[in-house]
Amino acid sequence: MQTEADQQLKQIIHDPGRILFREEDLVSYGYDASFGFYKPDLVVQAASAEEVAGILKLANRYKIPVTPRGQASSLSGGPLPVKGGIVLDLSQWNDKLIIDSEDMVAVVSPGVVTAQIDKAASKYGLMYPPDPGSSQVSTIAGNLAENSGGPRCLKYGVTKDYVIGLKVVTPQGEIIHTGGRTVKNVTGYDLTKLIVGSEGTLGVITEATLRLIPRPPASRTLMVIFDHFVDSGTMVTRVLTSGILPSKIEMMDQASIQAVEAYQPLGLPTDAEAILLIELDGHPAAIADELEKIREIAANSGARKVTVAESDDDARELWKARKLVSPAIVRNKPTKISEDATVPRSKIPEFCSRLAQIKKKYQIDLVVFGHAGDGNLHPNIICDKRNKEEMKVVEKAVEAIFQAALDLGGTLSGEHGIGTMKSAYMPWEFGPQELDMMKRIKTAWDPNNILNPSKIFPVPGQKLVLSE
Amino acid sequence: MSAESKKLAYNETFDCIQCGTCLPACPTYKTMGKETQSPRGRINLVKMAAEGKIDLDKLKEPIDLCLGCRACERVCPTNVHYGRILESAKEALYEKEKKSGSPLKRFEGNLFYKQVFPKKQMMDTAGTLLWFYQKSGLKTVAHKTGITKWLPDNLETFEKVTPDLSSPGQRHHRPKKMEPHQKPLYKIGFFTGCIMDTMFDRINDLSMKLLSACGCEVIAVEGQKCCGALHSHGGRSEQARELARQNIESFEKESLDYIVNNAGGCGAMLSEYPHLFQDDDEWRERAERFSERSVDISVILSKLKLPIKKKINRRITYQPSCHMTNVQKVVAEPVRLIRMVCGPCFHELDEPNFCCGSAGIYNVVNFDESMKILDVKMADVKDKHPDFIVTTNPGCLLQMKAGIEREHLTDRVQVIHLVELLAEACDID
Ligand SMILES: Cc1cc2nc3c(=O)[nH]c(=O)nc-3n(C[C@H](O)[C@H](O)[C@H](O)COP(=O)(O)OP(=O)(O)OC[C@H]3O[C@@H](n4cnc5c(N)ncnc54)[C@H](O)[C@@H]3O)c2cc1C
Ligand code: SF4
Ligand code: SF4
Repeated sequence: MQTEADQQLKQIIHDPGRILFREEDLVSYGYDASFGFYKPDLVVQAASAEEVAGILKLANRYKIPVTPRGQASSLSGGPLPVKGGIVLDLSQWNDKLIIDSEDMVAVVSPGVVTAQIDKAASKYGLMYPPDPGSSQVSTIAGNLAENSGGPRCLKYGVTKDYVIGLKVVTPQGEIIHTGGRTVKNVTGYDLTKLIVGSEGTLGVITEATLRLIPRPPASRTLMVIFDHFVDSGTMVTRVLTSGILPSKIEMMDQASIQAVEAYQPLGLPTDAEAILLIELDGHPAAIADELEKIREIAANSGARKVTVAESDDDARELWKARKLVSPAIVRNKPTKISEDATVPRSKIPEFCSRLAQIKKKYQIDLVVFGHAGDGNLHPNIICDKRNKEEMKVVEKAVEAIFQAALDLGGTLSGEHGIGTMKSAYMPWEFGPQELDMMKRIKTAWDPNNILNPSKIFPVPGQKLVLSE
Repeated sequence: MSAESKKLAYNETFDCIQCGTCLPACPTYKTMGKETQSPRGRINLVKMAAEGKIDLDKLKEPIDLCLGCRACERVCPTNVHYGRILESAKEALYEKEKKSGSPLKRFEGNLFYKQVFPKKQMMDTAGTLLWFYQKSGLKTVAHKTGITKWLPDNLETFEKVTPDLSSPGQRHHRPKKMEPHQKPLYKIGFFTGCIMDTMFDRINDLSMKLLSACGCEVIAVEGQKCCGALHSHGGRSEQARELARQNIESFEKESLDYIVNNAGGCGAMLSEYPHLFQDDDEWRERAERFSERSVDISVILSKLKLPIKKKINRRITYQPSCHMTNVQKVVAEPVRLIRMVCGPCFHELDEPNFCCGSAGIYNVVNFDESMKILDVKMADVKDKHPDFIVTTNPGCLLQMKAGIEREHLTDRVQVIHLVELLAEACDID
């Protein structure tokens, strides 16, 4: 970077310890939990909206790309500095976490870890429901930028349903406030919801006001085992149309059951084609009633066995099976491609049979598990990224999964975002007019295209590349 | 690729899916706030160095600043062998230093000079003096074990101004063997450990007495040496292997049910002896036989009936040894024993698995960083208002003492080894 810009940067960030430029530091901010590696020219660890504004103004002046970054747990390449420039690390800015139990809101800095918010809320009998699998790691701003979801979102909704106000620095360096502190708010365009899910391309989030809800007093977990995969799908539909809304419905297919048993025997039946883990929450009396209904539905849906946890320890034991899927499936090969293409709920059984065909056709190691209740299954392909030939086949299989989801009226991504990983496929889901409308929004906010460039929008000729 | 880079555990780095789950568990990430000083960052650097994409030198600082506490390993969802990756990096760096001809002594001396000496004024404060006094006892240990060869000479300067520790010769004579009155339940070889035996020989005595009071025959096996952990963590694998062979041979001479130690860090090393002999079938098998029988004293005491005479009615908290938790995976036993003797007075730390910053000789060579980590730990400790802090490793014991000194809590809080607590409850002294 120009030395002049360098000088100015030092005036914006007074603490030189928060400007990183040594090679070992730069290469440590060039990856996330997905694929690809891009070395930034500089890493800046911002700690106030004024600093962020200063950096973005500077970046506009000198046309330097800026990529916001939380804890880099993104599975879609969101925080990768594809065009070099500055990585703006916001993960260390985590000093504010205020719970206002009267307004039932939390006000947080961008780097606060998601799980800490729910933990703080629980002290007041409140809950922050969004619970991505990465909630112990991910930052709230990362969640907002990706509009993350999790198991509990079946009943409670995703991140965007809980954000009511934001403080954002625009790509041109203006500090703006969106929304407010009220649940109801229809004053002007809803910029809050526009920023949520914009993957760090429209603005840098510097503070968020989040809605909290009363914490349900009790929860119960049950495990349902199926001989036939289709029956598990039938049961999900029947539960959801019976007037019961469980807080979670998670599914494991036979491949994941077998992988878990091989990894750490829990006594799961390896001949079963599917397992559903269901969690109910609410008033204990209501749960007891719902539990009986669910038992009945299970029996009528051809379930082999229903196990109900009698204690919290029991419940933890049941959830252990789901927790172990991730480590279990990467035992033989190290690379895991975690897809999150999502289909309408009713199309789950069909999606699953399409996945089975893809598995057979490409001879890939495909494991399916995830949020069965909301159609957000996670087909995971297990492979070895060092094997170029294998990865070529995997790239084809991933494309086939996208196609299957879109054929069934679904979407490319339910919660992980588009980033670099899926941008090539945007034209599969959207026509030119729709893409153009999105591009015009981007240009209006960021005329110099300096904020997180090369994300979301397809670059002509771009393809998915998974090998190194 | 250079010969040194070949030593890097390149294949192991592929197990890392860069998910970041380890970040919140890593003390140096918490205190330093840089990805470079996180497990995921360090693994990436090792991988890039192995691929020749960055120079091996770039690894040096992040690897030196890693505590080796292995908290990252315990939480990793894909079981990355971080310990091996770390050790391989240390070995590669050590080899390179050796080859590059720069006098190793000078380099390490420099490091020590840079990190500790300029902070003399800091050391003069009551808090750090004690730490310093205790740590310099390491030198005595070093003489005995031959680590001196690579400890900075400057340590001598410090040693001169500190009171002498009892030298091995001056210490009272402990019986080599203790037999119970009845037929022994187990025959136990006791691993004395060099630091434990130099600085905390009373805890070793109490350990043997406790085991004997529970009905075991206890032998302080002759010819045993330092466990080799400090050598291994310093990249000196060959020296570590030599010590391991001597220990294995010494303990093979007795037919034992268990080999028992009371130092979390040593115990971890003993449990990983087979890793030292990857390419040597005969020694690997001997090491496996050794490691299978090697356990922490809390594991054995949990199996036996402790002759408890009285409850300890004082507020107690517990700082587990990282290597006991993350490497030996001994977690429940010490807590169970503490609860047994003190019941409701036990107050667990909020983050017991956060390292205290002792980490072998980390607090000597990385004084500032170590103290920042210790400060995080002490905030948690103070919140529990303990009378006693129980530990299970000599390094942690010293570090926690330094911690209470820094916080000016010496007249209110005492740091003790688990064995001391149990011995007190059993009226053994
Ligand atoms: C093991 C594992 C499990 C996961 N489980 C789930 C899951 O269940 N559900 C789910 O939805 N996702 C999941 N993810 C994906 C990932 O954790 C989420 O996308 C998360 O929100 C990313 O947060 P982060 O702090 O790591 O952000 P990063 O990965 O650093 O960044 C994500 C995006 O946010 C942008 N960004 C970061 N901070 C700001 C800011 N202050 N302002 C503007 N933009 C910003 C970045 O530019 C980037 O585009 C999982 C990931 C892993 C590794
Ligand atoms: S938790 Fe394991 S896989 Fe995830 S980043 Fe850390 S070392 Fe890598
Ligand atoms: S061993 Fe400890 S200090 Fe080192 S990377 Fe792992 S958690 Fe961090």
